[in-house]
Amino acid sequence: MRYDYVGVLVFLVLAVGFVFIGMLAQRIVSGFLHTNRPNAAKLSPYECGEEPVGGTFIRFNIRFYVMALVFIVFDVEVVLLFPWARVYQELYAFYRTALFWDMLVFVGILALGLAYIWGKGDLEWVKTFEKHLSPAEKVARPHTKKEAA
Amino acid sequence: MQLIQFAHGLLPFLAKWPDWVVYLAVVFLFAFAILNTLVAPLTGISTYIERRLAGRAQYRWGPNRVGIRSLLAAMPITRPISKLADVQPFKFIGSKIPGGLLQFAADGLKLFTKEDIIPAQADKMLFRLSPYVVMAGSFAAFAVFPVSFWCSAINLNIGIFYVLGMSSVVVPGILMAGWGSANKWALFGGMRSASQIVSYEIPVAIALMTVVMLAGTMNMNEIVATQRSGYGIEKAGFLGWYLFRYGGLMIVPFVIYFIGGCAEVNRTPFDLPEGESELVSGYHTEYSGFRWSFFFMAEYSNMFAVGAIATTMFLGGPLPPYPVQFTESLPMLIRFGEGFFWFFAKSYFFVLVMIHMRWTLPRYRIDQLMQLCWKVLMPIALVWFVLMCGIKMARMEMAAPAEAPVVAEVHK
Repeated sequence: MRYDYVGVLVFLVLAVGFVFIGMLAQRIVSGFLHTNRPNAAKLSPYECGEEPVGGTFIRFNIRFYVMALVFIVFDVEVVLLFPWARVYQELYAFYRTALFWDMLVFVGILALGLAYIWGKGDLEWVKTFEKHLSPAEKVARPHTKKEAA
Repeated sequence: MQLIQFAHGLLPFLAKWPDWVVYLAVVFLFAFAILNTLVAPLTGISTYIERRLAGRAQYRWGPNRVGIRSLLAAMPITRPISKLADVQPFKFIGSKIPGGLLQFAADGLKLFTKEDIIPAQADKMLFRLSPYVVMAGSFAAFAVFPVSFWCSAINLNIGIFYVLGMSSVVVPGILMAGWGSANKWALFGGMRSASQIVSYEIPVAIALMTVVMLAGTMNMNEIVATQRSGYGIEKAGFLGWYLFRYGGLMIVPFVIYFIGGCAEVNRTPFDLPEGESELVSGYHTEYSGFRWSFFFMAEYSNMFAVGAIATTMFLGGPLPPYPVQFTESLPMLIRFGEGFFWFFAKSYFFVLVMIHMRWTLPRYRIDQLMQLCWKVLMPIALVWFVLMCGIKMARMEMAAPAEAPVVAEVHK
């Protein structure tokens, strides 16, 4: 209907307002009770009570980046398939089985993509290039693909 | 629009007001009611239930002290009333009420009066903004849940698609918390959490897409309406639910959805993002007091949301397991209560299942987690989607066979 997305806005505003009013009330109460007494030790990054070592904005595993890339591809697939799933029943009278084969081609191409990254080993959390490993290292790492197979 | 008509019927003077004012007021009241029943208090009650169940699972008590009696005994004015609990009829009633019912209220009060620490090195803007994003994302999904028959805050035509989108809004909030905290644990936890949520988003979305394909609509209310009938029976009771349709074939997408849903709320066995033994507390390590409680609230309302989606898409939402004609002639308010009862009972059942899973199963390893998603759930979901499309095609073909091709007529 016409106003439906205004309703979404109402929900977002209410959620944001809930957090805002909660934090405001918390601040007022802590002002009365004087609970906020920061000091240098409290404000330092928490590392289980030890002195913080080095900077805190550290590098993270490159695997997260690869996962995000793979996700983007398949998320786009889902976004494009959703409208198809919605109209499948309605448009079947016009397009008959062609509708099904269209979807199959689309899903098939993406399944090929999945098979490709699977075969390349990009879905493994620990990706190893066994051609770079010496025989001794291969024995030491039984979880590499060739050893497992 | 049903809601507007309902409001007009309830309060006749609303007819003089402009439509959009009435609409905004109704949606606001509905949203406010959801916030004050299904989100904030339910979080508290769920924590109580979770702690009691945890106590049961680990052979200990859990919270059993802070109840109504201790509240009465705490205040000088009401202390004489608390003595009544030793007198016989009240003693019997009191022994039937489980203890610790007000533990969550006491915990909330404690969180409210705690110190609010923002680390000196933190990105203060992101640190402050993150609870807003997380809360908005998890609360906005509640807008389209059909809490009773044809009764959701917004009758959105893209319903389930909107829910999927809104549950993804939580991801930037978590990344903001992880990055803005300037803490190694928080950064690790935020990255893990984000990658886990986005990965499991895909099998979940494909499993839900299977239902959308069968129903031919994305509107949550209409999906519920298509589950009234099934197997050729017009009012089929539980046989009409998608879980039991197509000879039980839909159980596979349901299981995929539920596993993915558990992974998306970051709970054991998928709680790597906040694994206590390795990451302290994950992305909200640096949060304290009331600011932290919003993450907690978002987690529990997300749990309920996962249950609500599973209920709506696979278990008929507010539809009762018996055929609806038994109660169809009852007054409207009782019908509303009936629908809400079944919706809530089914949804909360999944929350209880998740709580039991947390205290039963050990944690996954990150490589197992990613392999389960990409190498098991994802291919099965995709194959099952194509399979169900084929079955649907065969059915539609049998219902209305294709006429002879037009080309043949030309040749005649």
